[in-house]
Amino acid sequence: MDVTRKLEILADAAKYDASCASSGAARKDSRGSQGVGSTGGMGICHSYTPDGRCVSLMKVLLTNACLYDCHYCINRRSSNVTRARFTPDEVVQLTLDFYKRNYIEGLFLSSGIIRSADHTMELVIEVARKLREVHHFRGYIHLKTIPEASQDLIALAGRYADRISINVELPSQHSLNTLAPEKNLARTQQAMGHIRGKIDERHAEKRKPNTPKPPPFATGQSTQMLVGADASTDATILGCADQLYSAHRLRRVYYSAFSPIPEPSAILPLKAPPLIREHRLYQADWLLRFYDFKVEEIASPSSPNLDLALDPKLSWALQNRATFPVDVNRAPRELLLRVPGLGVRNVERLLAARRYTRLRLADLIRLRLQMKKILPFISTADHHPARLGLDSDSLRARFLPPPEQLEINFGAPPAPTPADFISARSGEL
Amino acid sequence: MRTVVIQPEYEAWRSAARQLLAQRVPPEDVLWADDAQESPLFMQEEPAQMAAPAAPPVKVPPAFLDLARSAAAHTDARRWAMLYRVLWRLTLGAERHLLSMPTDPDIRQLQDWCKAVGRDIHKMHAFVRFRLVSTHPATGREQFVAWFEPEHRIVRLATPFFEKRFAGMDWSILTPYECAHWDGTRLHFTAGVPRSSAPDEDAQDELWRTYYRSIFNPARVKISAMQSEMPKKYWKNLPEASLIADLIAGSSRRVQGMLETEERSVKPAPNNAYLQSLHALNQQQKSVTPDPGLP
Ligand code: SF4
Repeated sequence: MDVTRKLEILADAAKYDASCASSGAARKDSRGSQGVGSTGGMGICHSYTPDGRCVSLMKVLLTNACLYDCHYCINRRSSNVTRARFTPDEVVQLTLDFYKRNYIEGLFLSSGIIRSADHTMELVIEVARKLREVHHFRGYIHLKTIPEASQDLIALAGRYADRISINVELPSQHSLNTLAPEKNLARTQQAMGHIRGKIDERHAEKRKPNTPKPPPFATGQSTQMLVGADASTDATILGCADQLYSAHRLRRVYYSAFSPIPEPSAILPLKAPPLIREHRLYQADWLLRFYDFKVEEIASPSSPNLDLALDPKLSWALQNRATFPVDVNRAPRELLLRVPGLGVRNVERLLAARRYTRLRLADLIRLRLQMKKILPFISTADHHPARLGLDSDSLRARFLPPPEQLEINFGAPPAPTPADFISARSGEL
Repeated sequence: MRTVVIQPEYEAWRSAARQLLAQRVPPEDVLWADDAQESPLFMQEEPAQMAAPAAPPVKVPPAFLDLARSAAAHTDARRWAMLYRVLWRLTLGAERHLLSMPTDPDIRQLQDWCKAVGRDIHKMHAFVRFRLVSTHPATGREQFVAWFEPEHRIVRLATPFFEKRFAGMDWSILTPYECAHWDGTRLHFTAGVPRSSAPDEDAQDELWRTYYRSIFNPARVKISAMQSEMPKKYWKNLPEASLIADLIAGSSRRVQGMLETEERSVKPAPNNAYLQSLHALNQQQKSVTPDPGLP
């Protein structure tokens, strides 16, 4: 099988992994070396495919042969896809060739599990080792690791990689038992804890005065959860994500709406979830991480699923009308962050500007805030919305997109949301 | 009223502005033009008139210099006058906190220009495509050439990134108004060239298209999301863009095909020692930690 055909199969097999970010790596570059590569700061999206996703890293599997039988996965052992396998040298060469042409930021390497976790990890690590040690490659490397692999191998992977990840895939063991019988949440969490320990350790070493620089280790880990393949509610999914963020300090949790695959399994739901659900989960995730929201505020036990028609912040605001209107000239930062339509960056701008002036509507218009959205929720020197307006039930109706427009919105770029301050530039949404 | 004609570059504006400020010339009294505009109405200022008298130097916040350097790369003809006006307000106008006033119309305008310039730089970092043209006979270094059409005058701001990233290869980035070259030791700039000076294809482009085709998921087409990040104006210089139309056209047929595929039944686990050890481990764990009963 030639490299073109292998690339076709092994890129196709990797496309269901949503993570492609190449940001957050330690700063390094190729000056003074014979090699190429640099990382640090925001990652770059070098292209976009018509699915709206950023192409940042060359995302491939080393092999799509797999012992496991995860039913949502095209590579599981009971699927009939054509199997292929790269040699480590082939992946190394492709990475370098693509990188030098500025097609990519680096490599995202994953693999089906062959023979054993350790054997598979060794092959994956070999690619990264060659890139770093033989070719002096300083670009981004993201390695997928396997929870059951030995700690020494995971540590070695972390030495070569900028980011390592283990996918939890589903938020409960119960779901895993049915859909991914070889996977285990406890072992995954254990491995994540171990990786966090390594990352923290290196961080502490680096800060010690008068000690030599410790060997490199990945600066972050991330994971992915599938949405819509099992019956988990958004509250369960976000609860799991929240727990992972706090227990293992993950950089990112990716949510990937389960989508039809060419080799469907008999025990999967027939219907893919609406893509908008995935989008709402990302918005909710943002609220947890940057806006000080708690999971229960966004997805409560009594209504455990996010409103698909409204973004989660707006939805929260409509259920907590007593908090509003918020006075933009006086309210503390935490409260401004709760205003629908106000992102982190604009809150900072308002805080800066109001030190010198009393904010009026014209100022907000000049900042190009989404006036229609924020007006009912704020007051300014010259604007005091009637409480009445806030209490009226028509407020929700006002924000609901007309039904046919909702359809169109599925295909539209993510509406400006709390996430708008991190533009899609970073390749993270 | 005096007219100041400068090279369309930040450094030229800065030295002219420094002299004007030293002479306490208010912004309303200056007409700015750069030679990119090539208007016969404008005359070069007499050097004698520009000579700086001994006025005490004024202090400028460093943040303004960054803002100015970036805004200066924008192609809007009003930028020189705007920069001078803001400089004046910040210093002699005693509005020292002006930069923290994002609601001020002048600041807003400068920030908008900076944002457009920043985006242009970012797109250049993303969409430049190097083509291998030769290997240096003496050094053995690979030599690459790329073509790019920036919207603003960003070549000097954007190329230090390429120097850091591609130190181990020789490269040139050609643009219509200025070209950058790296030979392993020095970054230098030459005048712009026409598109025809750059190579059209690279031997790897076909493999790259294979990757692009394979990584696309036909089940989640979002064309407008793609286009807002990768506007059509860039497509003509991206080797992969020629595939876009066909990928979109074929997507619904491919999804339909997947939905109509008969479901694969579950196969029994193969007789494999590693798998058996995993299943045993799972059984063990199950008896230790009771399932929380979540869905
Ligand atoms: S372990 Fe599961 S998810 Fe990973 S490749 Fe194998 S079948 Fe797919």
